[in-house]
Formats: sequence, structure tokens, C-alpha cells
Amino acid sequence: MKYLTAASRLLRHSSRNLSDLGSNLQFFCSIRPSSSCTSASNSISAHIDAIARLSYPSLRSYERFIQDDCFHRKFTLKNICFGGSGVGILHSLARFQSDGIRTHHRNLASTASIPERNKSFATINSDDISYFNKVLGGRGVVQDEEKLDDANTDWMRKYKGSSKLMLQPRTTQEVSQILDYCNSRCLAVVPQGGNTSLVGGSIPVYDEVIINVGSMNNILSFDKVSGILVCEAGCILENLMSFLDNEGYIMPLDLGAKGSCQIGGNISTNAGGLRLLRYGSLHGSVLGLEVVLANGTVLDMLGTLRKDNTGYDLKHLFIGSEGSLGIVTKVSILTPPKLPSVNLAFLACEDYLSCQKILVEAKTKLGEILSAFEFLDINAMDLVLKQLDGLRDPLPSSKHNFYVLIETTGSMESHDKEKLEAFLAQAIESGLLTDGVVAQDINQASSFWRIREGVPEALLKEGAVYKYDLSLPPEKIYDLVEEMRQRLGTAANVVAYGHLGDGNLHLNISTPQYDDNILAKIEPFVYEWTSKQRGSISAEHGIGLMKANKLHYSNSAETVQVMAAIKKVLDPSGILNPYKVLPTSVLSQS
Amino acid sequence: MKILVAVKRVVDYAVKIRVKPDKSGVETSNVKMSMNPFCEIALEEALRIKESGRAKEVVAVSIGPAQCTDTLRTGLAMGADRAIHVEYPGTLYPLSVAKIFKALVDAERPALLLLGKQAIDDDCTQTGQMIAGLLKWPQATFASKVVLDEGNKVATVDREVDGGLETLSLDLPAVITTDLRLNQPRYATLPNIMKAKSKVIKKLTPQDLNVEIRSDLEVVQVTEPPQRQAGVILSSVDQLIDRLKNEARVI
Repeated sequence: MKYLTAASRLLRHSSRNLSDLGSNLQFFCSIRPSSSCTSASNSISAHIDAIARLSYPSLRSYERFIQDDCFHRKFTLKNICFGGSGVGILHSLARFQSDGIRTHHRNLASTASIPERNKSFATINSDDISYFNKVLGGRGVVQDEEKLDDANTDWMRKYKGSSKLMLQPRTTQEVSQILDYCNSRCLAVVPQGGNTSLVGGSIPVYDEVIINVGSMNNILSFDKVSGILVCEAGCILENLMSFLDNEGYIMPLDLGAKGSCQIGGNISTNAGGLRLLRYGSLHGSVLGLEVVLANGTVLDMLGTLRKDNTGYDLKHLFIGSEGSLGIVTKVSILTPPKLPSVNLAFLACEDYLSCQKILVEAKTKLGEILSAFEFLDINAMDLVLKQLDGLRDPLPSSKHNFYVLIETTGSMESHDKEKLEAFLAQAIESGLLTDGVVAQDINQASSFWRIREGVPEALLKEGAVYKYDLSLPPEKIYDLVEEMRQRLGTAANVVAYGHLGDGNLHLNISTPQYDDNILAKIEPFVYEWTSKQRGSISAEHGIGLMKANKLHYSNSAETVQVMAAIKKVLDPSGILNPYKVLPTSVLSQS
Repeated sequence: MKILVAVKRVVDYAVKIRVKPDKSGVETSNVKMSMNPFCEIALEEALRIKESGRAKEVVAVSIGPAQCTDTLRTGLAMGADRAIHVEYPGTLYPLSVAKIFKALVDAERPALLLLGKQAIDDDCTQTGQMIAGLLKWPQATFASKVVLDEGNKVATVDREVDGGLETLSLDLPAVITTDLRLNQPRYATLPNIMKAKSKVIKKLTPQDLNVEIRSDLEVVQVTEPPQRQAGVILSSVDQLIDRLKNEARVI
């Protein structure tokens, strides 16, 4: 990939177009391979890495051009599963959903075991179609092959369903009527938003009806004093960000997929992102939801109150349940004010222990202005500099084992700079840091972020990659990396980076090509190791289809039983997003 | 040899600009300000010349309100030896800046004056040329390559012009304004940032330099360009003809 550096942009759009700077904003989804760990498969799951940068939408304004010398071998083997264990090999050119940017894809080979089609689900007939046409007033019933093709394929082009029908409701009432009907007919459905899931959560597995809420994209209200935004679930995250930008606020989350992902999907996945360190998870920022249950019941929990302790707080069930308990139709979310002063430091440490100590120091010394804390190790750094153009090492004078990115956001530039410089001075003096640079303007800041965000892409270019997205106790994170290095020796390049501030490791194992021997050394060792530490096998991407039978690694059997019981209560026929999240074995027991 | 580098504090390049509601100018309060990118390139070039042993001292100069010291600190953190801040809170146009620089150059006597080719806020592209005119020094603008022969006191400069590249040979002292492809500015490393705290920033005012700031220009109004109208998709040729005839009145 070639990047136009900030410098060449200056040349092209030189300051003559001062007023045009706004029109040069380019938002794009970049594929970032990351980790959702897969079942016994060695598939690449490129995903939008939940690394976000703060405000300044213009940070996104660099153009990326893909060279057409990408190599890709196209072959598709359909997934045929009637016997319990299917083999799905899917491969094709990835298509980005914005700006016509394409990337090449390696040959993916995935041996995923997908459960067979649930025989209790009905199949669509012409009566159903006419009913839907009636409910939706003749528009929003999609049976066109091409459009269905897109909706059936996940963003990573790893999974492909065979749905014959997509519905595009415009109001909650329509969603309710659709679900009521599907429930009575026992037609399985898949709620879909931006279709940017990295674990196959937003596409049908078989012929489930796709209910795409993308047409429900109105912003309903925004309170300038409290910052509470009420909008429909189909609003694209980036559009919400632009709207809020005009009002002087920001969304409490930011991810690479923001040009396509919708807020309903973000909430259903409990998306993480960079701002988690500062603004917390969606469980905290979401104040209310309107959800439609499997039988069409509309649950109006769309409160806009910060505090409301009246009974069980049901909305939390739906946040992160990946559409398996209900379809989110409206959202009420608390948005933080946009702060003007952003500083970014790119630092180097000798060992992982120092990285942890710096994290503690940063939290105490920078306190309320700390907004991001990321790390990457030397393998990650080398890989990025090798594979991506237009990037330079901010600390070229020597090699360092670990790099840490610290960002602060606050309301007063002078105050923040002073705090940051005092913190850095002390860190250097006490030997925690060996070197570092501080970005002097926004362009320098975005080039530092490009290094951190470019790792997934660099991995993709390097060859085959096995990705894992794990939550671990911060002090243990690197132990796993070192153990993997020992296990694999020279056979593979173990690369580590992630949201150190949240205890989220992105472990990537890079090899020249896929090799089952190597896979055998990785799985299930990684899961078992994570499980022993009581960590999470999926920190931010969710379970979806990919990890539906791995739940036990991070949850006790009793917990999973209760999950299944709740699913049974809210969706007795199991029509909402079947085969996902919960293991079929547990569901069939209850 | 001493090199003087002019740096300007401007709205950061990556910020989305807004026009003030009263149309008197661009919104600059609460907006991130940084060193003008072309000035960064000029300073980088000066530092490289010093590192190659051809210059002894690099002095960064900024003219403007009190916050210019931030920009000068960045310059010092990059590696400038000392800085001069000429404090003036009001609006400055290139001719006034040029006159101030003439006074400074007369006082400091550098062999080389480096500036960015233009500032990204006003895009005047005039200051360097005006200073050279006032000082009666040779000038090379839009420099994309600078080779210094300090022994013979000659600078060979490649300029980016519309037709391609033009190479000039200048006798020093001279004024050179820098273009984008000259170099890639360095980052400010932590040790240098710490060192910069103890470097000197000399404060002056235009009166100290006997320069009277007079504005020959008055900004009447600043507006955004008209919004682009969204395109309209028509459903038939008849409709198109009707629109062209009756609405656009082009046929």
C-alpha cells in the first residue's frame, strides 16, 4: 500500500485551499487483521482494530492507494454442512465499503466446524414475501441476487451465508411486525447493521432472513447541556461523530470501522476501542435502549437518565449480546464534550516491566488527562517499518525492545503540556524510559498513530497470520508472548501489540504460509493459557460464529447454562441470530 | 556562520477551519496552533547545515502574540540554539514583518536567512521576497535543494518553478524560502525538549527595533466558499430539458 504522506498532501492541496481542507476529509475502513481467535482454524480475520484516535476528524484525511499488484488466488469451496462438521474455505478479494479501496487477500483456509441447519426453522415461501411487502409498503424487501450477495458475506470475506431475503424496515413498528411474523412462522433471522463484524456475527449461516436496520438512521434529539444523544440504531458511527463535532461533543467510542459500522451494531457487540481507557465501556455510556424482542414485543427502555435504580437494568443484557436476545432499534447515549488540547508521546522502554510501571506512573501523574495507552514490541515495530511505505522510525538512533504510545486530552494546552513534560522528565530520570518523542503538531501525531495502527496491515502483507485478541492481567500479558516464542522457535514470528491500558493483547503469529503443524502448537494452548489466567478469549470482538463453541474457556459451565436459560426466556424459538454466541450443545440441552 | 530562521505560529494544518460568525476572520480561539509546516522545513534545513559543520549558530525568530513562545520552544526542542520573540499582539502583514526582519538582520548580521515559502493561514508568499528587497540581498524562493559553499560564500539552490527546476547560484548573505520537498523535519526528542527549557528566548518589541507597524490593508470580510449543491438525479430526458430550460436557463 502506498500512502500519501502528510507532506505530499501539503504539496497537493497546499494551503491555497484553506477552506477546502474540510472537503478533503477521507474516511475509510481499513482492514485490520486482528485477532479474533478462531476455532481450530487458521483463517485470517482482518478486522477493524479498535484503535481510535481522538477527535480531530481530519486525522483521517490521508489517502491510501492499493497497488494492483496484489496477488490473490480465487477459489471458493462452498460450505456444505449436513453432517455436523463442515469445511468452509472461502476466498476472494475483499471489498471495502468506502472509497472503493480494495485490498488483496491471502488464501484463507479455515476448517471451522459449523453446526448443521436447525431443522425446526421454516423456509421462506411466497406468502411470507407478500406479507413482508404489505408490512413494509412495497419497499425494503430485497431479493436481488447481487445485493444479497453483499449482505450474505461478512466484511472479511471469510463467511458466506445463503439467505434469499433481506428486509429493510424503517420504523420500530415495522421491525416489531416482522419479528412477530417470523416468530410465529419459526423463520430464523439475522439482525444486521454495518456488517463489519470480525467474528461472523452479522451474516446468515444458512438461509436466515436478514433484517438490516440501516434505513433507520435518524438522529432523534441531542441535548446540548447534558450531551445526551438519542438516535436510531442504523446511524453510522462516523455520521454521529460529525454531527457531534458541530455541537462540540464527541462519541465515547471510536474504531477503524466507523465509516461503515452502525451504532446499533456497536452496542450489540459492546464495542471497545481506544476511548475505553478514558470514557469506559458502552455499558457505562449507554443510558437507554429501545429493543424489539423475538416475538415482536417492543421494550421501551429509552431513558435519558444518568441514574435510575428501578428494578433490573435490562438494557445491559442487550449490550454485547450480539443480536441474539433482541434487535436494538433506538439508542440513547451520553457523549463527552470535545476537548481542544491533545498531546501524543511515542516512547521507548527496555523491558515489559518498565512498560507496566510507566502505565501506573501515567495513570497517577497524568491522571484525568490520560486518554490512550498503547504498546507494541520490537517485532511489531520492525514489521511495520518494513512493510508500510511512508513511515519512519520516530526513534531511529537505536533499537528498543518496547514502544509505548501515550495520548492526553484536556481542556488547557499549557496545563497538559506541563503535566506531560513533567511526567516524561521524571520517567527518563528514573530510567523507566530510554527515549521518546513528543508530537509537535497534528500531522506528527497521526504519523505516530499510523505506526501503531499499521501493525495489522503489515502482518497481512507479511504472509499468513494467526490472530488472537485476548484480555489478560497486565502483568501476565507478555509472559504469554514469550511462551509462544519458545514454543514456536524459529518457525514463526510472534508479534505483540495492544491496548496495554485495558489489558488487551493482540497476539499475532506470523508465518510465511499456513501450516497445520504450527496451528497445532498454538491452539488450544493459547486458549488454555488464557483460561488459566481467567482471561478472555475475545476481549473486544465478540463471539459471533467464530468462537461460539469456545465460550467455556472464559466462562464457567454454570454461567453458560444461565446464559442459555435467559436466551430461552427471551427467544424461545431461537430465531434471533442462531448458531452464534452460545454453543449449540448447551442450547439444545435446555 | 549564523543562520536566522523565521517561524510562524499558525492554525495547525490538520484542523478543520471555521469562519467566525461575524465574518471578521477565521476562528482561532480554542483551536490547535502549531509551527507553520514550511517554517519547520526551513528550521530543519538550518539544523542540517549546522550539523554538517557549515554554520555555528541557528537562531529561531517569531513575531506575534505572547503564545509565540510555544512555537519557539518547539524550534529550540528541534535544536535551535537560541530564539528571539518580537512581541506584537495585533495582525501583521508581510511588509511589516519584512521591516522587522530587516531591523533584526541589521542587528544580528546572519549569513543566511531561511523562511518557509508561505504561511498556511494567509498564503501570502511575500515575506521572504520583501525582506530580500529591503535588504537588497539575493533571494531564492521555493527551494527544493540547498548546497552551501561557505568557503566561497555561495549557495546553490534548486527552485521548484512551474516549468520544472531552476538552479540558481547566490552570493551570501542571501534569503532562501523553502518548499515542501527540501527535507523532512525531525521530531522533537525528549532529551532535546528538556534542554530547550534552559535555552534563551530574547524578547523585543517593534518599537525596540524602530519599526512602525502600519497596516495598508484592511480585511473587510471573510466567508466560506458557497456550499456545493447536491446533484439531482432526474428520471427522464424530458425532465432534464425542462430543468435546463426553465431553471438553469441555459437552453
